[in-house]
Amino acid sequence: MTRNGVAVDFTDVTRVYGAVRALDGFTLHIEPGEMVALLGPSGCGKTTALRILAGLDEQTSGTVAVDGHDVTDVPPNKRDMGMVFQAYSLFPHLTVLDNVAFGLKLRGKARRERTDLAADMLDLVGLSEHKQKYASQLSGGQQQRVALARALAIQPRVLLLDEPLSALDAKVRVQLRDEIRRVQLEVGTTTLFVTHDQEEALAVADRVGVVNEGRLEQVAAPADVYAHPATPFVAEFVGLNNKVSAQVVDGRAHLLGMSMPAARGSIGSGSGVALVRPESVTVTADPAGAASVTSVAFLGPISLVHCALADGSPIVAQVGSAHTTGLAPGVQVTVGVEPAELLVVPAAAKP
Amino acid sequence: MAPAKRLRGPMSPAKRLRGPMSPAKRLREALPLVPFLVFVGIFLIIPTVTVIVSAFYRDGQFSLQRLGLLFSGTALAALWKSVVLSATTAGIGAVFGAVLSWLVVNSSPTSPLRRVVLSLCSVLAQFGGVALAFAFLATIGLNGVLTIWVRERFGFDLAGAGWLYSLRGLILVYTYFQIPLMVIVFTPALEGLRAEWREAAVSLGASRWQYWREVGFPLLTPAFLGSALLLFANAFAAYATAAALVSQGSPIVPLLIRAALTSEVVLGQSGFAYALALEMVVVVALVMIAYNLLVRRTSRWLQ
Amino acid sequence: MISSRLRGRIGRGLLLALFAAFFLFPLYAMADFSTRNLIQGGRTLQAWMNLVQNEMLYRAIIVSLLLAVFTVVLMLVLLVPTMIWVRLRAPWGRRLVEFLCLLPLTIPALVIVVGLRNVYLWVVYFFGESALTLTFVYTVLVLPFAYRSLDAALSAIDLKTLAEAARSLGAGWTTTILRVVVPNIWSGILSAAFISIAVVLGEYTIASLSGYQNLQVVIVAIGKTDGPTSVAASLATLVFGFMLLLVLSLVTRGRRPGGASIASTAAQKGRP
Repeated sequence: MTRNGVAVDFTDVTRVYGAVRALDGFTLHIEPGEMVALLGPSGCGKTTALRILAGLDEQTSGTVAVDGHDVTDVPPNKRDMGMVFQAYSLFPHLTVLDNVAFGLKLRGKARRERTDLAADMLDLVGLSEHKQKYASQLSGGQQQRVALARALAIQPRVLLLDEPLSALDAKVRVQLRDEIRRVQLEVGTTTLFVTHDQEEALAVADRVGVVNEGRLEQVAAPADVYAHPATPFVAEFVGLNNKVSAQVVDGRAHLLGMSMPAARGSIGSGSGVALVRPESVTVTADPAGAASVTSVAFLGPISLVHCALADGSPIVAQVGSAHTTGLAPGVQVTVGVEPAELLVVPAAAKP
Repeated sequence: MAPAKRLRGPMSPAKRLRGPMSPAKRLREALPLVPFLVFVGIFLIIPTVTVIVSAFYRDGQFSLQRLGLLFSGTALAALWKSVVLSATTAGIGAVFGAVLSWLVVNSSPTSPLRRVVLSLCSVLAQFGGVALAFAFLATIGLNGVLTIWVRERFGFDLAGAGWLYSLRGLILVYTYFQIPLMVIVFTPALEGLRAEWREAAVSLGASRWQYWREVGFPLLTPAFLGSALLLFANAFAAYATAAALVSQGSPIVPLLIRAALTSEVVLGQSGFAYALALEMVVVVALVMIAYNLLVRRTSRWLQ
Repeated sequence: MISSRLRGRIGRGLLLALFAAFFLFPLYAMADFSTRNLIQGGRTLQAWMNLVQNEMLYRAIIVSLLLAVFTVVLMLVLLVPTMIWVRLRAPWGRRLVEFLCLLPLTIPALVIVVGLRNVYLWVVYFFGESALTLTFVYTVLVLPFAYRSLDAALSAIDLKTLAEAARSLGAGWTTTILRVVVPNIWSGILSAAFISIAVVLGEYTIASLSGYQNLQVVIVAIGKTDGPTSVAASLATLVFGFMLLLVLSLVTRGRRPGGASIASTAAQKGRP
């Protein structure tokens, strides 16, 4: 597994359109060979950041550097970056092979050489037998693999993926994201992957950057973003959350009769709402329990147990399906939370 | 686990088993179509078939004599002039029309330019005819506004010797509706050029010129040529403008048809009209077939 | 100094101005020509007043307007039920209907009129010699445009469900068509109607070679002796057509199918 590729640096990049701040002081460092996923809702600025890096859009202020050199004045066709778009980017009048060889042709490579290189690339993505087909004859997933091969054929310094899976069916999406990760690891190019699907981002990236309204709220390894969200927005956007009333006193959160440390970013003191992951909620059948089960959803390996707490507020627990015996609607239960740091946000917080 | 039952649309009944359809049923289904079919049959099919058949018959007998008239000097000269007129105006119209299309497509999406230009082009391309002839008479005819202006300023007679009514004049007037027609046909193709293609080409290292040479032009060429063919057929079949401008003489095929139809002097002239009409149908049909072949394969690209 | 973007805009603006000059100048010339007072110099509206004052011209205007109305009605009566029926009950006929409707694009009006003689002998026998009998052949001429507009509009609604719902509630076919389908394809109907009107008003070929006096025929006839009046009438036709289509594009602004179909059908047939 080679790790080549170059470092990418966004330094305080801002992009303003009239009254809209698409990017606001965006700063991010990407290590050589690393794959960073930019995650966020539509319109949060993640695509803008990618396009500025590609040179298809211009920042209002701030600098973008590749391999230590400022690329602000470098035109997009000279930046040596491979880009994969959401859809429809294959040239319809060229065969798959010619599509992949396109960048090489522009660089003046001889016909023999570029067809060989293109064929290698198609091998890498597993589409060798479709060499002579046209884009319209391929499925969505196949088209995106060709697009990936085409972007990598020029051996770019940076690989840019703009929501490459959003237009595909759910099953294809899962297969293809693993493909992309495998290829990226094999080639070792620095990669920026933009998506609004948090499962995708967590599954493939080395680090995930959560973007909201033009600002980077947190960038960390997927496990960290999931387990230790830095802001309420990140906690809400990534993964499922229960909202349980809690009291914060002296840096400790009190809820459901238990007490545990309040995580960084929580409110200082007073009443609030603790964000608890379903897999951290424990449910035990108990005739003297204060809560009761409202329904159980069987999802195969796990089940979601929906309960109502003493005060009527809902809570969802994720339980291994083997452990749901005795849990049925109406049964009294005791609900608890596994001890860990909890993020407590203001009660009326709008993430 | 029972397999899930497949629902076919909201509460629609299961499809009846279709056996061979009874002729009575087929007839009942076809009945409401009869008025339309009869109407089109009478007013479109019969005249067309009349023309085709009459070109091969004379005095009730199969004869190639009428077709033979097509090879007379007058007919061949008219055919040649028609082809020159159509080809020239198709070429000029295609090039300038493509440029205007490009200007319209590149304008800001909020500006009314596109809507105004397309409406104006629709009118000029389609419903002009006689009106266009008079437009040019008013401009560079004998007493045209431009003629007079130039005569007073430069002493130069723009309309000298009835230039407007000759082939060159017709070429000028025809471009006035060929260019708008090109805009209407070609704009959808231009708009079909996706931004992703340009951006992909650019990210792969293409300069502006390289993009057009490797991607833009190849994608647009079939649409461009197809549109040019359309313009050719359009000019070849055009009648009203030429008829309004040229009252004497019959340089092109449509006017020769007029002469054949309205002449009361020479016998067998109406037979001549049939032959000429057949010639016109054949030329236009051939061009339209070529157009369809060209466009069908490649129009998918620019949907 | 001047950024390349600005230079591009100036260049584009210049080109647009040149095109505008080429296309708008003759229209201006028509306005000028038709208001010129040849005897005393200066301006006069006499040519324009002739649109109503000149007996022959006025009658021709009325005839053409009536022809336009009759053609639109006949076209709608023929096409709308047929197209609906073909979609609901006789899908095997759809290609046939489409082919027939688009056929007039390939058969020049000139050819039709040459072959029309015998047919119109019968028409005259049944309906008399009025120019209004041109309605029949004009309906054929407007078929391609009308078909495209109506087809686009019908494709945009769920015809099958609408019709089944109406019929299951007890409506007969007439009611279903008039009260349920038509209100939902209104933009397509308007499209088809407006273009048909424009085509009929501008038609010259068939009328002149069949010996009828419609608007364009009279314009040409008058033009031999009274240039300004003919020019005025021509300009009026162009402006009216332009207004019609502009209004139509405004009305169908939100619904692309109707609007785009005019353009694409207009694309395939010029009728100068």
